[in-house]
Amino acid sequence: MTLAIVLGIVVLVLLAATVAGVSATKRSQRRMDAAERSAVTRPKPPQPAAPAEVEIVLPPGEDVEAPPQEPVAEQPVVGQPVVAEPVVGEPVVEQPVAEEPPVRPRLRDRLGKARELLAGYFGDLRGRSAIDDDVWDEIEEALIRADVGVGPTERILDDLRRRAKEASVSTPAELLDLLKADLIDTLRSADRSLSFEPGRPNVWMFVGVNGVGKTTSIGKIAQREAAAGRNVVMAAADTFRAAAAEQLQLWSQRVGADLVRGQDGADPGSVVFDAMAAAGNRGADLVLVDTAGRLHTKVNLMEELKKLRRIVDRTPGALQEVLLVIDASTGQNGLNQAKQFGEAVDVTGVILTKLDGTAKGGIVLAVQAELGIPVKLVGVGESAADLIDFDPEEFVEAIFSA
Amino acid sequence: MFDSLSDRFESIFSRMRGRGRLGEKEVDEIAREIRLALLEADVNFKVVKSFIARVKEDAAGAELSKSLSPAQQVIKIVHQELINTLGGTTGKLTMNPKPPTVVMLVGLQGSGKTTACAKLARHLKSQGLQPLMVAADLQRPAAVTQLQVLGEQVGVPVYSEPTDPVAVARHARAEAGRLGKNVVVVDTAGRLQIDEALMDELRRMREAVEPDNVLLVVDAMTGQEAVNVAESFADTVGIDGVVLTKLDGDARGGAALSVKEVTGKPILFAGVGEKPADFELFHPDRMAGRILGMGDVLTLIEKAEESFDQDQAVKAAAKLKKGSFTLEDFLQQMQQVKKMGPLQSILGMIPGIPKEMKNAQLDDKELGRVEAIIRSMTPAERNDITIINGSRRLRIAQGSGTTTQDVNALLKQFKMVQGMMKQMAGAGGKRPKFPGLPGLPGM
Repeated sequence: MTLAIVLGIVVLVLLAATVAGVSATKRSQRRMDAAERSAVTRPKPPQPAAPAEVEIVLPPGEDVEAPPQEPVAEQPVVGQPVVAEPVVGEPVVEQPVAEEPPVRPRLRDRLGKARELLAGYFGDLRGRSAIDDDVWDEIEEALIRADVGVGPTERILDDLRRRAKEASVSTPAELLDLLKADLIDTLRSADRSLSFEPGRPNVWMFVGVNGVGKTTSIGKIAQREAAAGRNVVMAAADTFRAAAAEQLQLWSQRVGADLVRGQDGADPGSVVFDAMAAAGNRGADLVLVDTAGRLHTKVNLMEELKKLRRIVDRTPGALQEVLLVIDASTGQNGLNQAKQFGEAVDVTGVILTKLDGTAKGGIVLAVQAELGIPVKLVGVGESAADLIDFDPEEFVEAIFSA
Repeated sequence: MFDSLSDRFESIFSRMRGRGRLGEKEVDEIAREIRLALLEADVNFKVVKSFIARVKEDAAGAELSKSLSPAQQVIKIVHQELINTLGGTTGKLTMNPKPPTVVMLVGLQGSGKTTACAKLARHLKSQGLQPLMVAADLQRPAAVTQLQVLGEQVGVPVYSEPTDPVAVARHARAEAGRLGKNVVVVDTAGRLQIDEALMDELRRMREAVEPDNVLLVVDAMTGQEAVNVAESFADTVGIDGVVLTKLDGDARGGAALSVKEVTGKPILFAGVGEKPADFELFHPDRMAGRILGMGDVLTLIEKAEESFDQDQAVKAAAKLKKGSFTLEDFLQQMQQVKKMGPLQSILGMIPGIPKEMKNAQLDDKELGRVEAIIRSMTPAERNDITIINGSRRLRIAQGSGTTTQDVNALLKQFKMVQGMMKQMAGAGGKRPKFPGLPGLPGM
């Protein structure tokens, strides 16, 4: 039992809280903000949180190409006259900003050159005659630069050293080929198909931290699945982020899929429930559930996610996939994300988004190696066709390109 | 378990403790460990190299202070270098003497520009300025609507037009003049730094709106890529500062170091939550302290402040000091701690916790069991654990679905903590060295 630790934490935290209490008066303003922050769940907008109505948006006759732009002028704010107000007094902030202290020579000056060198990086490596320490260092650097992480990189290199010895590899070119083959083998072992069981509504749920591209991924998948002849229902269970449902709605119109949404701030559970009911009634094949982005460290929000999963489990629909969306530029935190989401809702696969930039997304190597969660799809651009199946060979090749 | 940067430093320095002097070999060893630690925290590998070179230089040239141990000296040097790199002082927005002052937010998709836009506008409004938000993200579906909804929440008007981003930017100033607003915050579409067409659009927007501040919005969870992003935006568009978002997660935030180093521009603001109020000035010293494993006491205090009922906490602390803290009080306080998040993350913020304790797998279900045991006691038992005899123990164990051993362990450890607290009160409020907490069954 770890009771003592629990006790210890409670006592220490209690002390911290009372320390805070002492200086509370000085910081009353901040306390107010803090109080806002402390609300156990996400706040609901002022409008009455009526039970989410099943609002099914029927597909339009033809594809809507560009999202309709809102003819917005300005938005009058309650209590603020729209007429020009004279600016009373000077702005509070000082006018000329304090000059930055003279900085040391910029790294980027050096980086610019390094980048040019990188272009021919491994070509150069391949041309070398012997495997020396530099070669190992450069391989290590390439893996770290790709966000594979220090620990996994070390393990990969140890393994490579052993195997290179066994296979009596003598040139850098052979070494690189061996490394690539190893990495590809590791990745290839997983099942990357998206499960689908005909005859009842299949559910694919999308989870992840904020801003990774969940809604966009759903839109793209909906298009792909609808094109494959499946009857798709999209559930806009992100009722928290402003206009998330609108964003999904535009996608549903583009794709020609049904959308179930609730009011802003409604219980996401009710949206999922209604979506399942709608899918049942309409004989839909596939329900794509969009969830609000949440940091994996927020206990209450992770509990909410578990609840969504339970709701799906109670319906006749089959929860086939829980897909964790990870941004390719994510660093080592990606592993924490996969761990926490995996524990909460049993993630079945990863969608790696925004891989069309220079980010390599190497963290997914660690995610698969340590947690056994495979990457299933990869996002490589803005259009719907830019969500493609994950190809281990291409992925590994990209890690070693500059 | 994910080795945090602070754990790393702790292990380096605990090994160093006891060694008398800091020789070249030690410096090299430390340098290697710091390198690993920084890389694990997602600091860019190039930045790590230059950072370490500077630390080594400083360490070699540092005057040996007699009052500090070598370990303390290295900590001080690394800490200072981190603070220097992260910004030293807190930066400020440049205000235009002829209003409106224009702030433009740029960055990758999903870094949090739209949210940061509303947060910044709210922040400026709270300083007595009159902000106008401009929705120039015409790319992402419903981005304009999102800003409008946020605008309503924070009470700031939003201007947009369904033309093109450059035109929106061009008309933003005039609109601010018409509405009598003295600050304009422009939200732009997210874009990859290698997308030449979109980067060019950003340049044209810049020319059109002539911002006084271009702020790059960077996700704190970004990995090695942070350097490429920062460099490209700085080179092609030009930036004046950085907003670091999603700092409320458990990312170590090495991206902050990378971005600051390659651009030389200050990190001005930090996004620390989902609500518009969760926005604050960036504190380089806090960040450096957190990285160095000095424990994130400030964050802990803030969190405690949010979650705890002040009156209750003060009363309970007084009872603690008198040694009359009961299980009933403990139960109450435990409910508050639970609100603060997973135990593991709270533990990480407390300084001076032994490593073996930090690494103990803390299951939050444990809290549930403790709770069940206490709730199975009568109020009289909770207030005076000495009356709990064998048959009461059995009843409590049965009531809570645990064993009498569990109940015994809880009682024993509770007594121990009570004793600890009395000691502490006796020592004049000096924080006791966290005892080894001996005899933890099942650990």
